[in-house]
Amino acid sequence: MHIHFLDPYREGSSPLHRLDARVKFILTLAFILTVALLPVGVWPVYVLLFSLSLSVEILSELGLGYVYKRSALALPFVLAALPLIFTLPGRSLWTTSLFGWTLSISQAGVERFASIGLKSWLSVQMAIVMTASTPFPELLVAMRALRIPRLLVAIFGLMWRYLFVFADETLRLIRARAARSGRAEQADLKTGGSLAWRARVAGGMAGNLFLRAFDRSDRIYMAMLARGYDGEVRSMPMRPIQPVGWFVLGTGLLLLVSLLGLALLLTV
Amino acid sequence: MLYSPVPMHIPDGFLSALVSIVLWLVSVPVVGYALKRVGRDLGERQVPMMGVLAAAIFAGQMLNFTVAGGTSGHLMGAAIATILLGPWAAILIMTSVVSIQALIFQDGGLLVLGANIFNMAVIGVAVSYAVYRTVQAVAGRRTWGLFVGGFLAAWTSIVVAALGVAFQLALSGTSPVNLALPAMAGIHALIGIGEGLITVGALAFLNASRRDLIQTGDTPATAGGFVWLFGLLVALGLAIASPLASAHPDGLEWVAEQQGFLETTRQPLYHLIPDYLFPGISNEAIATILAGVIGTLIVFGVVLAVGFLRRSSQMPER
Repeated sequence: MHIHFLDPYREGSSPLHRLDARVKFILTLAFILTVALLPVGVWPVYVLLFSLSLSVEILSELGLGYVYKRSALALPFVLAALPLIFTLPGRSLWTTSLFGWTLSISQAGVERFASIGLKSWLSVQMAIVMTASTPFPELLVAMRALRIPRLLVAIFGLMWRYLFVFADETLRLIRARAARSGRAEQADLKTGGSLAWRARVAGGMAGNLFLRAFDRSDRIYMAMLARGYDGEVRSMPMRPIQPVGWFVLGTGLLLLVSLLGLALLLTV
Repeated sequence: MLYSPVPMHIPDGFLSALVSIVLWLVSVPVVGYALKRVGRDLGERQVPMMGVLAAAIFAGQMLNFTVAGGTSGHLMGAAIATILLGPWAAILIMTSVVSIQALIFQDGGLLVLGANIFNMAVIGVAVSYAVYRTVQAVAGRRTWGLFVGGFLAAWTSIVVAALGVAFQLALSGTSPVNLALPAMAGIHALIGIGEGLITVGALAFLNASRRDLIQTGDTPATAGGFVWLFGLLVALGLAIASPLASAHPDGLEWVAEQQGFLETTRQPLYHLIPDYLFPGISNEAIATILAGVIGTLIVFGVVLAVGFLRRSSQMPER
């Protein structure tokens, strides 16, 4: 079984796929920072940012359905902000009585909740577009260009390479457990042992995975030594960013800064 | 399938820019020091070993066991990594796991990655280490110290990291502190039991098959009194601050206001459970904890009901 389909990168030849990974990385971070800096309830700026993200998505030729489906994965966390609707003081929009408690929805609360949800959704969309249009090795180059320590980037790279191997191995462990676990046809016959026993089995699997990881890291280290590894992480020198890249980077940053300025104007 | 089952990864948009950046400033030096420290101990083995173990932890989060009615226990892995490899290597491994989850799978945001690293890699590891070493010191070389220490380290690391998340959400004005704290603590107190049980299972397996790993694992050269102290302080600090913050949320809101996070006034307008006080209970802290417990029970009731419905709808097909 191979689960390389987990890799979120999707092949393509859109303008966004061809754009330098460093430019994409910096612009994505700048976009998310801009969104985070925006105050609550500047709806016109949110709409502009949404149209920006929408146009980037169309440019990326990934398919809106794909991006939106994946962006829904970050939604459950919105629950954490839900109480704001009731707890923020402000003009009350709607009041109801539930089991003797008064529930009152305030306008300020709704605005803040909607802002948080929208901001989160915009940010996650940009991150999805970046990872779906950039192969992981290029992202590593971008990280190195951003002065993330070489060793850490090397660890990320190695981890990525073996992630699929270990995901495979974990699936095999799970399948082996399933193959040896019976399920009774009779409804009243209890199967599966006690909770502690089940936890122990899962723990044993985790420990087993650890042992295999130790052994494998030894083998990998030997193989690296055999090929002349001396603790130094070497990589190809980076290509300079093309003029198109610089242009996109400059325009993008300018756009984001002016959107921030607009938000400032609207709130004052 | 590779999404972490522990609801602790904050997405972008939920923390204010200031809180995110401050936590980056805290996490970066810690990770930088961990890189140097592990490099000194492991030398050129560092990259292959850390990378492969991070991949294993990442994949190991898929392991689960049924608890009841469609819910299941999972592994986050901070405690087991700390126990086997020492705190600095564990910080590196958890940092890699959390970073890849955010970068590739959008499980957690990019701007808030500093905060997620702080919660899961720094707090999670430091607290595990402090608890485990303390139990080991009490138990001496006896085997029960391994299991009790492993369980407590795993459970505490989850709960304390969740408290950290709740505080950060509250400081950002995203969640009211007197609701976020008990809810996060309550849910993760249950999730932590699953983590603890798996950790104990893994330790039991390793104790039976490769005792050398565990014996060398708990006394590595990387052990530091500083990490122990830090973990202990974090755990104690958050544990003590939580009931206080729950009982006097104004304190935290005052801090938040001073830093300009909350532009709203301080006038409390909690209507859900009025002032989170139950009629007849005069102690505010107890009433708040009670409110949290009830909230948690409601959440779990819903989860159990959904899980049960799903299971019973699947049954006839078999």
